[in-house]
Amino acid sequence: MAERIVSRPEALPLGPIGGRGIGWNGMVMLVVAEASLFGYLLFSYYYLAVSNPPGWVLESEPSLKLALPNTFLLLASSVAAWWGERGIRKDDRGQALGGIGLAIAMGAVFAIVQGFEWKDKAYGLGTSSYTALYFVTTGFHMAHVIAGLMILGALWLWTWRGFFSPLRMLPMANGIVYWHFVDAVWLAVFSTYYLSPYLGVGQ
Amino acid sequence: MSAADLTAGREGPLADTDTRLSRTPRVAVADAALRDRLERIWRTEPGLKGWFGTVDHKEIGKRYLVTAFIMLAIGGIEALVLRLQLAGPNKHLLTPEQYNELFSTHGMTMIFLYAGPVLSGFSNYFFPLWLGARDMAFPRMNALSYWIYLAAALFLYAGPLVGAGPNDGWFNYVPYAEKAFNPGINEDIYALGMVFLGISTSVGAANFIVTAARCRAPGMSINRLPIMVWGTLTASAANLVVIPAVSLAFFLLWMDRNLGTSFFTVAGGGEPLLWQHLFWLFGHPWVYAIVLPAMGMVSDGLPTFSRTPLVGYTLVALSTVATMLLGFGVWVHHMFATGLPGLGLAFFSGASIIITIPSAVAVFAWLATIWLGKPVFTTAFKFFAGMILLFVIGGVSGFMTASVPADWQLTDTYFVVAHLHYVLIGINVFPVCGATYMWFPKMTGRLMDERLGWWNFWTMFLGFNLAFLPMHLTGLLGMPRRIYTYDAGMGFSALNMITTIGSFVFAVGVLMFFWNVIKSRRSGAIAGPDPWSGPSLEWTIPSPPPPYNFAVIPTVASRHPLWEDQLDETENRSSFEEGMTLDEGKEALAVSILDAEPDRILKMPSDTTAPFWLTVATAVLFAGLLGKLWWLAALGGIGAIASLAFWNEPRTKLLEREPDAHEERRNG
Repeated sequence: MAERIVSRPEALPLGPIGGRGIGWNGMVMLVVAEASLFGYLLFSYYYLAVSNPPGWVLESEPSLKLALPNTFLLLASSVAAWWGERGIRKDDRGQALGGIGLAIAMGAVFAIVQGFEWKDKAYGLGTSSYTALYFVTTGFHMAHVIAGLMILGALWLWTWRGFFSPLRMLPMANGIVYWHFVDAVWLAVFSTYYLSPYLGVGQ
Repeated sequence: MSAADLTAGREGPLADTDTRLSRTPRVAVADAALRDRLERIWRTEPGLKGWFGTVDHKEIGKRYLVTAFIMLAIGGIEALVLRLQLAGPNKHLLTPEQYNELFSTHGMTMIFLYAGPVLSGFSNYFFPLWLGARDMAFPRMNALSYWIYLAAALFLYAGPLVGAGPNDGWFNYVPYAEKAFNPGINEDIYALGMVFLGISTSVGAANFIVTAARCRAPGMSINRLPIMVWGTLTASAANLVVIPAVSLAFFLLWMDRNLGTSFFTVAGGGEPLLWQHLFWLFGHPWVYAIVLPAMGMVSDGLPTFSRTPLVGYTLVALSTVATMLLGFGVWVHHMFATGLPGLGLAFFSGASIIITIPSAVAVFAWLATIWLGKPVFTTAFKFFAGMILLFVIGGVSGFMTASVPADWQLTDTYFVVAHLHYVLIGINVFPVCGATYMWFPKMTGRLMDERLGWWNFWTMFLGFNLAFLPMHLTGLLGMPRRIYTYDAGMGFSALNMITTIGSFVFAVGVLMFFWNVIKSRRSGAIAGPDPWSGPSLEWTIPSPPPPYNFAVIPTVASRHPLWEDQLDETENRSSFEEGMTLDEGKEALAVSILDAEPDRILKMPSDTTAPFWLTVATAVLFAGLLGKLWWLAALGGIGAIASLAFWNEPRTKLLEREPDAHEERRNG
């Protein structure tokens, strides 16, 4: 006689615990889709670079004077955000507010410096397909920075109101991962627009 | 997996026995009191707020289906007008411009607004029922994907309604679509509408992936998933990574047209072929996205009516995945005639030929299933079996055009039109009709009329082949696509007349289908929970299903939970009557991804109008972009941010945050 089986689990976690829960899976989906978007932007760059005659890249040696320190600043903001998240995990609200606040400040400075970087360019959006792609790619990234700053702002506010604890912090974990994504994707954008010309791409 | 594995949670008992953090689910036999309690927890309130706020996947699925079928009807009427224009030589029913708009709108409607969404409708309605779950993983996102689909469809159709529909074909090649050649607002509406629609598809895809991964009954390990779930899962994985390509392409086109950029014009250093790459990088995986779930319908439907398990389950599941993976590497076969280097052509030609292998695996598995089974010749069976023939014809003509020399001869002729209609009607519309006959009783509690079904199937099948089989010949004779008329004496006249007659016969068949749905909804025979003696979980619950789907969470012991006694493959039996009740609030179960062991109790969100308002705000944003009314776009953007902020605020009820001090006092 066949045996009827009934799943009788012992105590199961109730809702998201720590940074884990079904919302985490959803966040991974968002990051995959967004990463694809940047993948297609960079595909367009390299495609146009190889299919155009030499000289397509208008800046063969892009100035790194602002862009390089700004890149380090953005990466450092990821560390600050991580440190802030650690604060929640250790139930230290002061560290959390400090870390996230620092990440917001660094992200905001990055955005402002990037604004100057745009202003300094001798060309505009419509000058050539190179300049259009430059502004669209860095512009898409900027939109993600601003979205990320809003998310960090909301997390700071919610932390200040005492929403999170080491056990209930999924929105925090998700928001911080989004910020890490915004920073990681900048590395790809930066390498493409500022570093690859030095290697001779599009020359 | 042994029975003992299923009784322990994956993480074992939590060290912390705090009742706020963990609970041992109550296991009981479903009774009337439990059903009453669940009904109160899960039902959608009547009235406007419930209508705009429901997050019930069944309601959303029905809306998807109804909207998609309306689109099918509209796109079909457009096709009939096109066929009248082409019925004979030198006809002037339509002007060339009207013809361009009509065939482009027809393509947009069928491919983007019918074929994808109709499958989303079925998957939305049935994913939780097939998987033994209470709802989708993200019910509010589910509502959002429908509302955005509806709003984007209205946005896209605003064009044709004011005489400014898309007019460069659904794939919208540049430079025709650039402002210099196409100064009207037509392409702006199409471009922005497609970006808008992309949000819906992406959100839906993410939801299907996470639902299939995490929201299943215990014991439903990945080697027990219905093939339809495999189809939708792989299609969604593809959509998630390729939708951004087409959204970006349309956004860049909009910038070219409105902001003076030159992504796709040679003059400014752009490249028209970049459009084709970005479009087909999306477009070809999308072809699989709109057929793989439909092939899944056949893979699950044929065995049900053949009274035997699908032959080669593992092979069919793997070939589904293989088709999708190879599908990423075949986009250039749409571009063979664009002057690409020979090595590239050879690679993509090879990939396009190899992709027939997994498709052939499915075909032989279906044939073997019918061969070994005892088929019951219901209307649904006829549609599924008829699909096999159409799939083979469409597959063979695809195989022919995968070869570069043949493609150079055939490209831009009616041969390609014949091929793509065999693929899209044969592998999408026919399975969808079959699936409707099969699952309509589950959705409504009533059977569709089988006698009318007989007429329905044969009219559609004969009409379709009468219309499109001769079209291969029209193409071989050299009639080009996308021309509004042709001269007498070119040898196209008789064939075109036959195609037009066939298309009207086919349309009568589709009309019978709609009539059967409408009629049977009111007066069909009562179906009961399991009219076909099906093998899968949806047949264990009443028709139509209650708002909570399963009163107790079923436990799955094999691939065919309802056929275990007949098949007697394993020692264990699935359990439907006794299981976890999860009735302390709106709750569902999450499981581990591979083995489906209980992993977590989920707190599910209740009905909310946030997705609706987010859609309204996003529509305002896109309307602002279309009119270049930047203040309006900003207003929409702010509205969208506000809706998202409200939506994402952590809630105590969903256990996303710690309760406030006063809440704790109140709750003791």
